[in-house]
Amino acid sequence: MKYSIFSLARNALFHHERWPLAWRSPTPKPRYDAIIVGGGGHGLATAYYLAKEHGLADIAVLEKGYLGGGNTGRNTTIVRSNYHLDPNAHFYEMSLKLWEGLSRELNFNVMYSPRGVLNLCHSPADIDAAMRRGNAMRLNGIDAEFLSREEIARRIPNLDCSREARFPVLGGLLQPRGGTARHDAVAWGYARAADARGVDLIQQCEVTGIRVENGAIAGVETTRGFVATEKVGLAVAGHSSRLAAMAGIRLPIESHTLQALVSDPVKPVLDTVVTSGAVHFYISQSDKGELVMGGDLDFCNAYSQRGNLPIIEHVIGACLALFPSFGRLKVMRTWGGVCDMTMDGSPIIARLPVKGLTMTGGWCYGGFKATPASGWLHAYTIVRGEPHPLNAAFTLERFGRGETIDEKGAGPTPWAH
Amino acid sequence: MLLIPCPWCGPRAQSEFTYGGDATVVRPPADASEAAWVAFVYLRDNPAGPHDELWQHSAGCRRWFRVRRDTRTHTILANARPGAPLPGDEA
Repeated sequence: MKYSIFSLARNALFHHERWPLAWRSPTPKPRYDAIIVGGGGHGLATAYYLAKEHGLADIAVLEKGYLGGGNTGRNTTIVRSNYHLDPNAHFYEMSLKLWEGLSRELNFNVMYSPRGVLNLCHSPADIDAAMRRGNAMRLNGIDAEFLSREEIARRIPNLDCSREARFPVLGGLLQPRGGTARHDAVAWGYARAADARGVDLIQQCEVTGIRVENGAIAGVETTRGFVATEKVGLAVAGHSSRLAAMAGIRLPIESHTLQALVSDPVKPVLDTVVTSGAVHFYISQSDKGELVMGGDLDFCNAYSQRGNLPIIEHVIGACLALFPSFGRLKVMRTWGGVCDMTMDGSPIIARLPVKGLTMTGGWCYGGFKATPASGWLHAYTIVRGEPHPLNAAFTLERFGRGETIDEKGAGPTPWAH
Repeated sequence: MLLIPCPWCGPRAQSEFTYGGDATVVRPPADASEAAWVAFVYLRDNPAGPHDELWQHSAGCRRWFRVRRDTRTHTILANARPGAPLPGDEA
């Protein structure tokens, strides 16, 4: 069913009791042309683009929990493409361009809101780095604008831009087209659109093994039985190491918990996304009015979706240093998600060394904004058996070849990216 | 907040410690193959379950030691001074 003003009016006549389900809940077939493991944004987007761009219909998405219940529903919804290095810049800019048309593409409002993403500078060195990155972005055709302290103070009256501030604001790099989107809506929109093209979305179905015969994929073992296929795409960031290990592959990835928190909801007080690399903090206001914020990883390997309090304390300390008036708010909820942290801070969208096996993962903190391009390029890689120029650099082999894409220059210390 | 048992100072708050990563990776000899070096620098088992890892009591005695911690629950199962075995290690 196409959602429109007419379908809304028609269903209003029936008190909204006759809306059809947004997707089916089929039982798994014994065999599929391709199986995508992971029913979050990346897996659903992969399935959608396999069906739409490549005409594959015989696809299943296997999800151990419910659709969008992992990191898709746990991130802080920020969308941006303000990267310095060419492979990241081109990839995330492709994703941002897909975001701009995504609601129309999926016939589902993903609430993409280009409210701007502002990275604060607190020192002359910060300004130099922001100028350098901003210039690199502009050379790559991406919007970037340097704002003075006075301009930031005018735009964000809550931000402490005084000379006496603990972290004085000297300027900031703004990407005006960056912003936020509704995280759940992205999963639901891709799920509904994929289902409409015949993709089987199978929830409560955990993959427990990957069957490899003569170096090629033969199928997957699941909690609902064996399913045969020659193509498996992994989209399970947070757990990529575990799934790859089922096929005998070790990855340059560690799993770490990243926390986020929201305040109680208030009237509009912040109409842009503000981040500070120096104090490890980012904040935006959701449509419901909650201030959504986050900071660093928990700094030790974890598959627990629960974090520890020192990081929460750090995030709130940074918040109050930058926005003293937010001290009147209460923390309403905190939660954690499990992130794939790669050895260079950049993702892996590539074939793996078993025939028919591919992955999109290693998203570190940045997976949500990548969702559309990740799905598009993963689908391309699955069908063509080779990467698109836009994901050609995001291989597994780059680590052994000295071709790492290390935006921060942190080296092979995954929790430092 | 984790309560981490320093082998010298006893249980202390997590905020006194610095994480040092996977303790099972072993530096290969200088003439090892390129594949062995790539594995040492980049590849990790990343288990969901007991994980042997390095911690430094950086705001205390500043000494390094090993901890075996369950990455699913944060339960600390054992600790050991450098050179001393963790339960199940080969003697």
